[in-house]
Amino acid sequence: MQIFVCIKQVPDSGQIRVHPVTNTIMRQGVPTIINPYDLFGLEQALRLRDRFGGEVTVMTMGPPMAVDSLRKALTFGADRGVLLTDRVFAGSDTLATSYALSYLIRKAGETWGAPDIVFCGKQTIDGDTAQVGPGIARRLGLSQLTYVSGIDDMDLTDRQILVRRRGDHGVQVLRSRLPVMVTMMEGSNEIRRGTQADALRAARAEIVQWNAATVGISDTSLCGLRGSPTVVKKVFAPTARDEKAEMISTEGISPSGMAEALVDQIFSRQPGLRDDLFRQAAGH
Amino acid sequence: MTHEHFDAIVVGAGPSGNAAAYTMAQRGLKVLQIERGEYAGSKNVQGAILYSDALERIIPDFREEAPLERHVIEQRIWMMDDSGHTGMHHRSDDYNEQKPNRYTIIRAQFDKWFNRCVREIGVTVLCETTVTGLIADEHRRIIGVQTDRDGDGIFADVVVLAEGVNGLIGQRSGLRKELRPEDVALAVKEMHFLPQDVIDARFNLRGEEGVVIEAMGTVTDGMIGTAFLYTNRESISVGVGCLVSEFAKSGEATPHGILDRFKAHPSVRALLEGAEIKEYAAHLIPEGGYRAVPDLVGDGWIVVGDAGHFVNAVHREGSNLAMTTGRIAGETIANVLGSCLACTRDNLQAYVTQLQETFVMKDMKKYKNVPRMLEHGGHNIMDIYPRLLNRSAQTWFRVDGRDKKSKESEILRSARQARGLTGLLGDAFRLARAWR
Ligand SMILES: Cc1cc2nc3c(=O)[nH]c(=O)nc-3n(C[C@H](O)[C@H](O)[C@H](O)COP(=O)(O)OP(=O)(O)OC[C@H]3O[C@@H](n4cnc5c(N)ncnc54)[C@H](O)[C@@H]3O)c2cc1C
Ligand SMILES: Cc1cc2nc3c(=O)[nH]c(=O)nc-3n(C[C@H](O)[C@H](O)[C@H](O)COP(=O)(O)OP(=O)(O)OC[C@H]3O[C@@H](n4cnc5c(N)ncnc54)[C@H](O)[C@@H]3O)c2cc1C
Repeated sequence: MQIFVCIKQVPDSGQIRVHPVTNTIMRQGVPTIINPYDLFGLEQALRLRDRFGGEVTVMTMGPPMAVDSLRKALTFGADRGVLLTDRVFAGSDTLATSYALSYLIRKAGETWGAPDIVFCGKQTIDGDTAQVGPGIARRLGLSQLTYVSGIDDMDLTDRQILVRRRGDHGVQVLRSRLPVMVTMMEGSNEIRRGTQADALRAARAEIVQWNAATVGISDTSLCGLRGSPTVVKKVFAPTARDEKAEMISTEGISPSGMAEALVDQIFSRQPGLRDDLFRQAAGH
Repeated sequence: MTHEHFDAIVVGAGPSGNAAAYTMAQRGLKVLQIERGEYAGSKNVQGAILYSDALERIIPDFREEAPLERHVIEQRIWMMDDSGHTGMHHRSDDYNEQKPNRYTIIRAQFDKWFNRCVREIGVTVLCETTVTGLIADEHRRIIGVQTDRDGDGIFADVVVLAEGVNGLIGQRSGLRKELRPEDVALAVKEMHFLPQDVIDARFNLRGEEGVVIEAMGTVTDGMIGTAFLYTNRESISVGVGCLVSEFAKSGEATPHGILDRFKAHPSVRALLEGAEIKEYAAHLIPEGGYRAVPDLVGDGWIVVGDAGHFVNAVHREGSNLAMTTGRIAGETIANVLGSCLACTRDNLQAYVTQLQETFVMKDMKKYKNVPRMLEHGGHNIMDIYPRLLNRSAQTWFRVDGRDKKSKESEILRSARQARGLTGLLGDAFRLARAWR
């Protein structure tokens, strides 16, 4: 079985600073991490491989330094990493990103075998659009299973997969034909700690590096900034609200005492509320 | 399954481990380096001074690629009392040279860069992996390490212990004793972000120029310790450090309490105004000096950097001693293995012999009495003298109708009152002896 996992290297949002004067994001020196949502897909991929055999290939489109993320993914136990990197991809929006990734996936499929499942994260923590996964699925004609919280079963001879999906009003159980594109929900699993052998292999692995031409992209007008219709209209930092949160001390106070303090606090702020509530209660 | 064998395993990817690993790989050895942090530098305290010389001997053209913040053109040394400071400033345009001698750096970035050089020269680096113990054979020779990841031991001809000040692995394996509270300082440090032009204006700097302030005095509440402030490109590192034993003795003082006091001090406050604090870190510094240096070599092992207690606390040098000991250890191992010899205690002894010839051991020996002197006269140096100095300066500089001669006698009188003549002479004598 071939499983591909798309990962994106993102700035660690916990460590981003906003320039005190210009209000722009200061990216310099901010450590990068694998988009946390992508790790749920990676772990699910590793579990399927452990059960059904095959290989897990992690891939990303990004600058040369994105090899660090791929190597890290190998430390968790993935079998190989592929980086698609080329100046023409700079400034890609979701449309251009999914265009490039679909070529990457196609080329990887020709090289190591067509994927049975392509995993993506639910969304990224920097772009947050959740559009890239579906964009890939559409371009490659994969069935699309988003917000999956668990994979119940898979049958490689019948080429079917049974998943649970978080819907608006509950959990959907869906059966689909392979190949599929799956985005995993957060919390559906926890990324494993790779073994010593995984760590040693990852430290020495050659990361495959391809460019636009290697994956067969000839029309670069659909790539990068040129292929990105999204325009940023304005960047701003929301102004801080004047009103400060009030804290209620919890030290040495029982839960009911805390609740009372909270209710008192609310009623003192909203004098009419108490009467409204009493009136409503009386009316029922 | 046959076990994988390396020529050398380096525990830790700080300056000493990186220097050792780089040197050995450059000489053709098969090296494995293991670091517990997510990446090299992730566990290291932010903001520091880099001394070019030690690094130049390993990577001569480091200036082209290393993440450097500012080169230091000015050094300020302050003796502080509660309301001000008296001190010495040294600044020279000569430091705006082709190859500056000192730089401010941000350790997380610098260590990461250094470690990338280590990888590029062929070292296998495992991060997020903690060495949990050393493996010994039946002759108590160290032959490998155990890690916290699932798997068997990893084996090598020699293990380089570059694990930093705590030295837990060496300690656990009985190669060294536990650290004494009198021999280590606890330092806390913060990064304060400010726009580059604001820093330039506040410190009278242009371009990449930087300033270092080192201070001692009443901020540490009489405890033996120092405070410091360095300018980075877009941030300022501030910190304080005091001996662990002093905190224990005081019972009340806390490192961040002292740091807060330093930041609020009238001499410092304005320098930090409007800055945004981002990072906070605490770390130990080995300050026991020469007498606290543990055994450095044994059968199959060698100790470098902070793990070997190589810090010159008087001059605030650490990373350069770490790099130098790492480099010389690496050269020694390469020589031993290159001559088809075993890494026995006797063969590794060349490392210690060679260190004696360098500034590392010479400086460690020069200041070997300083820790003892501070243990006895520390309070005077940290508290009485700074007060005395600042009071005398005020007496001298205030123009108030009194003649200079009476001012001189007042200054002398207050000195005698503060310490007594024998005390003064004793302190001078001890200081001179410790410095010798
Ligand atoms: C309004 C707006 C304006 C933007 N403007 C710019 C701009 O001017 N310049 C610029 O460079 N960027 C810009 N971006 C960011 C850029 O559009 C996205 O970072 C990029 O297209 C991926 O989208 P995303 O991060 O929302 O991913 P999502 O769609 O949220 O990601 C879902 C999943 O797709 C996969 N994935 C996403 N990206 C990659 C990748 N590169 N490699 C492998 N897998 C991946 C991952 O599995 C990820 O979890 C902008 C984003 C927005 C919302
Ligand atoms: C606040 C402060 C300010 C300082 N300022 C300066 C300065 O301005 N200039 C200067 O030259 N020196 C300075 N020093 C001293 C300097 O930081 C040290 O001397 C230097 O870092 C020592 O390098 P090292 O490689 O021996 O140890 P470290 O830098 O401590 O590196 C040890 C590494 O080993 C890793 N490690 C530890 N145990 C294990 C294990 N079991 N398994 C795997 N990995 C492990 C750690 O994660 C760490 O990365 C300062 C120190 C402090 C605390």
